[in-house]
Amino acid sequence: MQNNQTPEYAIETKDLSIHYGSFVAVSNVNIKVERLKITAIIGPSGCGKSTLLRAFNRMNDFVPSSHVTGEILLHGQNLYGKNVDPVQVRRKIGMVFQKPNPFPKSIYENISWGAKINGFKGNMDDLVEQSLRSAALWDEVKDKLKKSAYELSGGQQQRLCIARTIAIQPDIILMDEPASALDPISTLRIEELMQELKKNYTIIIVTHNMQQAARVSDYTAMMMIDDKRSGGVIEFDDTKKIFTRPKDKRTEDYVTGRFG
Amino acid sequence: MNTNNHYPQDESFRASLNTRYRTANIWQAIFMSALLVALISLMALIYTVIDGAFGYVAFEYKKDPATFTSTPLEKLSKEELLTILKSKLSSGAYKKLDGEQPMQARSQADLYSLFLERLVQLDTKQIWSMTDSILHGAEIKAETAKKYPKAKVEFRSWVSPQFLSSPMSSKAEFAGVRTAILGSLWLVGIALLFALPIGTGAAVYLQEYAPKNWFTNIIQMNINNLAGVPSIVYGMLGLAIFVRVLEPLTSGSIFGVTDSNGRTVFSAGLTMGVLVLPLIIINAQEAIKAVPDSLRQAAYGVGATKWQTVWYHVLPNSIAGILTGSILALSRALGETAPLIIVGASTFISVDPSGPFSKFTALPIQIYQWTTRAQPEFHAIAAGAILILMVLLLTLNATAILLRNRFQRKY
Repeated sequence: MQNNQTPEYAIETKDLSIHYGSFVAVSNVNIKVERLKITAIIGPSGCGKSTLLRAFNRMNDFVPSSHVTGEILLHGQNLYGKNVDPVQVRRKIGMVFQKPNPFPKSIYENISWGAKINGFKGNMDDLVEQSLRSAALWDEVKDKLKKSAYELSGGQQQRLCIARTIAIQPDIILMDEPASALDPISTLRIEELMQELKKNYTIIIVTHNMQQAARVSDYTAMMMIDDKRSGGVIEFDDTKKIFTRPKDKRTEDYVTGRFG
Repeated sequence: MNTNNHYPQDESFRASLNTRYRTANIWQAIFMSALLVALISLMALIYTVIDGAFGYVAFEYKKDPATFTSTPLEKLSKEELLTILKSKLSSGAYKKLDGEQPMQARSQADLYSLFLERLVQLDTKQIWSMTDSILHGAEIKAETAKKYPKAKVEFRSWVSPQFLSSPMSSKAEFAGVRTAILGSLWLVGIALLFALPIGTGAAVYLQEYAPKNWFTNIIQMNINNLAGVPSIVYGMLGLAIFVRVLEPLTSGSIFGVTDSNGRTVFSAGLTMGVLVLPLIIINAQEAIKAVPDSLRQAAYGVGATKWQTVWYHVLPNSIAGILTGSILALSRALGETAPLIIVGASTFISVDPSGPFSKFTALPIQIYQWTTRAQPEFHAIAAGAILILMVLLLTLNATAILLRNRFQRKY
């Protein structure tokens, strides 16, 4: 599949640490996320999973005291480099949030707004349809595109948020516990959707739900806090290995449900 | 027996429970009486105003209407009134009235009150409050017949269409609040045009852009305190800055207006604008704060800049709250008197404000001026003007509530 021009990895971190003031929230992360695969980040509450995820599209920039040391490389370019604009980063790395957060606008506008502000010049109707199809939502909403997005169910709203992210054609989609606010059936639909999406997109997902990580992901990063309360990736491997033959004792305890 | 049990049992528990309920009942009664006192005060206020604005009036005609016309008074047509006024008024007086507003263009009611004021010379002998009029109607009539044999007694509402449409007059019976209402509307309009954009801008900057540090904390604290500064202080500010220093601007002389000084409706409007600015900023900040962060993140997530996020999402979703807050702030401006006295509202003016550089008066000023007069008729029209001011305030507040309900969003 891969030729020599495409880099093997979608994104990689080098000695990445995330600080809030003098507190190190996440320290020394070195992971390589493979292209067109789903990578899950798991770990107990407060270990910095979301913080790490948000570092990938510079969402942490909005936390006033936060800063980053080390590098996150996208196509060999450091996302925190001097000449990199965070808006440019978010344009390339889309994000789906924990709680469905569609804009209080019509379903159509939810998709078209991101395209519009990013200067999309193609046929907007086609883009909306295509994005909704990719998010497996088209058939449910094609007759009510002008209706408010708030009339959709929670699961539909979350798929709309995914469609909105796809519409700006990012390289990578970040998902921050995308199904934690949804019922099991909606969750299943999101998971199926992720399998479809990985044909075209690299996905990084944070999840609390270990079964979910085991079901959907190809790779898993296990995070844990150390004695200074800083989070770190203690093990990063094939999902199968993490769940069957983990190298780290703490990972084994966690995935077998002994704590966490 | 369980020796570890330190809780009261059975009988003693029931007794302690009764004590607890008793305490609760006492507090409930205290809270309810607080509400009751508030309600009674409010009712007393409304009653006093209404009591003064309606009631019996005993009045005489100094000259018998029969000397001017044979038609019964209530059947006089506009044409007849015009003919009578033209023939009986001195030509100088007629010309002066015609100059203020062409006689032909005036309404029948307007001409009729001119007829009563200038020719018949209506003379109010005594007035009574609404309560007196209702409870002692017969006695009032008997007393009047004895004291003023020629007088008629009529139940009069001091608030009437004529009261709304007439300008100021030196006779309470013919005075109206048109000039004052127009003055108040100009005032509030100018205040809004000045304070809404500046207030919203400041609120957006403070909420969305400004870093949180000691400097912005001080600014925030000052804004909160400014909202509580006595209005007379804003009057001093308005006098010093808008009336004096910026006189060329506020008198309109740099625009070629020559017949005014700095004591214009423009100066007063700007003063009111500064007065409500902190309120508008605080209300707008609250409205902006109410826009959930998840919405901002959604916008950033699809590659929006800060400006795009604010312009397309934060503002549209907070504009109803901003407008509601601004309207409530303006209703404060509508009732303010002290700063207007200082920046120099006219107490007697019968010409409508024609533009930002006009002299003006405002409803509260008019009310204040009328209540200081000795004649009881003026107190009655002051009560009438208060009713109109209250209706205006209620209308503004109702608009605010409607706006809020209409645009309320669920996230």
